[in-house]
Amino acid sequence: MSPTGTEHTVKAFDSDINELRGMVAEIGGRSEQAIAKSMRALENHDLVLAAEVVAEDKLIDDLEKRIDDLTFQTIALRAPMADDLRELIATFKISGVVERIGDYAKNIAKRVPLITQAHSLGPISLLPSMSKIASELVRDSLDAFARRDADLAMEVNRRDQIVDDFYNSIFRAVITHMIENPKDIGEAAHLLFIAKNLERIGDHATNVAEMVYFAATGEPMPERSRGDNPTDLLDDALSDEAD
Amino acid sequence: MTNSKNEMISAGDGSPKMTTRNVNVFYGDKQAINDVSIDVNMDNVTAFIGPSGCGKSTFLRCLNRMNDTIPIAKVTGEITLEGEDIYSPTMDVVQLRARVGMVFQKPNPFPKSIYDNVAYGPRIHGLAAGKDELDNIVETSLQRAGLWGEVKDRLLDSGTALSGGQQQRLCIARAIAVDPEVILMDEPCSALDPIATAKIEELIHEIRGRYAIVIVTHNMQQAARVSQRTAFFHLGTLVEYGETSEIFTNPTETQTRDYITGRYG
Repeated sequence: MSPTGTEHTVKAFDSDINELRGMVAEIGGRSEQAIAKSMRALENHDLVLAAEVVAEDKLIDDLEKRIDDLTFQTIALRAPMADDLRELIATFKISGVVERIGDYAKNIAKRVPLITQAHSLGPISLLPSMSKIASELVRDSLDAFARRDADLAMEVNRRDQIVDDFYNSIFRAVITHMIENPKDIGEAAHLLFIAKNLERIGDHATNVAEMVYFAATGEPMPERSRGDNPTDLLDDALSDEAD
Repeated sequence: MTNSKNEMISAGDGSPKMTTRNVNVFYGDKQAINDVSIDVNMDNVTAFIGPSGCGKSTFLRCLNRMNDTIPIAKVTGEITLEGEDIYSPTMDVVQLRARVGMVFQKPNPFPKSIYDNVAYGPRIHGLAAGKDELDNIVETSLQRAGLWGEVKDRLLDSGTALSGGQQQRLCIARAIAVDPEVILMDEPCSALDPIATAKIEELIHEIRGRYAIVIVTHNMQQAARVSQRTAFFHLGTLVEYGETSEIFTNPTETQTRDYITGRYG
């Protein structure tokens, strides 16, 4: 017996795992793209692009199902152990989480037609930067999965705090805007939901990162350290409200 | 495990039923077991896994001196049962094998009736004062082995007329009948179909805690299902010994990982 560290004696097992990895990369790429497109549709009030995001969500849903089916089949046929088992369980969970990320992007796209006064909604200017970071977290968490990179997974977990901070700023700015401009309350509420969607996308990226960390190391990811001053606690309460 | 083969490796909670320290086994010039120290605990089922020829069966057979029957085999180191050195010259080997029973890969009932198969040990060890007591031992043993319901109406039929799975449970009943402290199982299911295998696994689950159980198995899923502690052997050395749940989800040693995930070859 010579440990090879790479290939299984049963080659079909390796090809199943490779196929799963490919599909996870694809569902990740599509979700990331959905976020970018929905934000572009929002910025340009592009209803055609928004409709495209909604339609393409079907592809993400299909991919999730294909990943789940193949994971089921692989677990049933190969009875995986150790890191193989951890990876397949992580794959199964990641596909569900990434599908949710796609749903949040679709939800943003669905709100595009409802925001007609974008130029008058001041806080909207923060959204592109927020979405860029949320999107990066999704990409990095999936890169971490592809590379079995526990350090990058930790990094994603740490950077989610930036998305949370953005949400808290936008929350305050939107409330202020609503108080000052009661006629905008409807559209501002949609804006707030969009910010919340992006915040949830960041949370889901950290969920992916936690699974990657577990798959790579066999240990649960250490808790993110949080400050204990009153402002931080308020931030926590705001960002946790929909958890 | 940090490769502490020379140090004591705990078998978990409670005092160990059997201890082995720095055990080496030689078949002539060839060393089959290299410096293995393991404790076997009463509360656990301990599984020995590893590729063919890794020494797991050889090591198992040291635990009740079955290797004595092989003229060229030599065992060094210390193996104790309840603190008593089992290789001491004063150890009665027949008595030892009653205390440390064994079940083999292929069911090997005596060519006698079902009743006599189970009654054989109690008779030669004088464990029953009379017929009633012997009947009682036979019934209890067959019940613990999960066979009573299937054979109670035909106890005088030949043991060899039973199916393979039933024969294996008869062998377990035979081992149980002399009230052992430890039961060694050397691939007890490898000749059985999946249903018979499931029955043996259920039986192991039922009798666990009453006897210390050590099982050698090629079937990794079986080791994961039935045991609480797993030892992985490779080329006569103990590579890793730890909690079964840990070994199969997050093994410490690369060699263990390669073996259990099907990557060696």
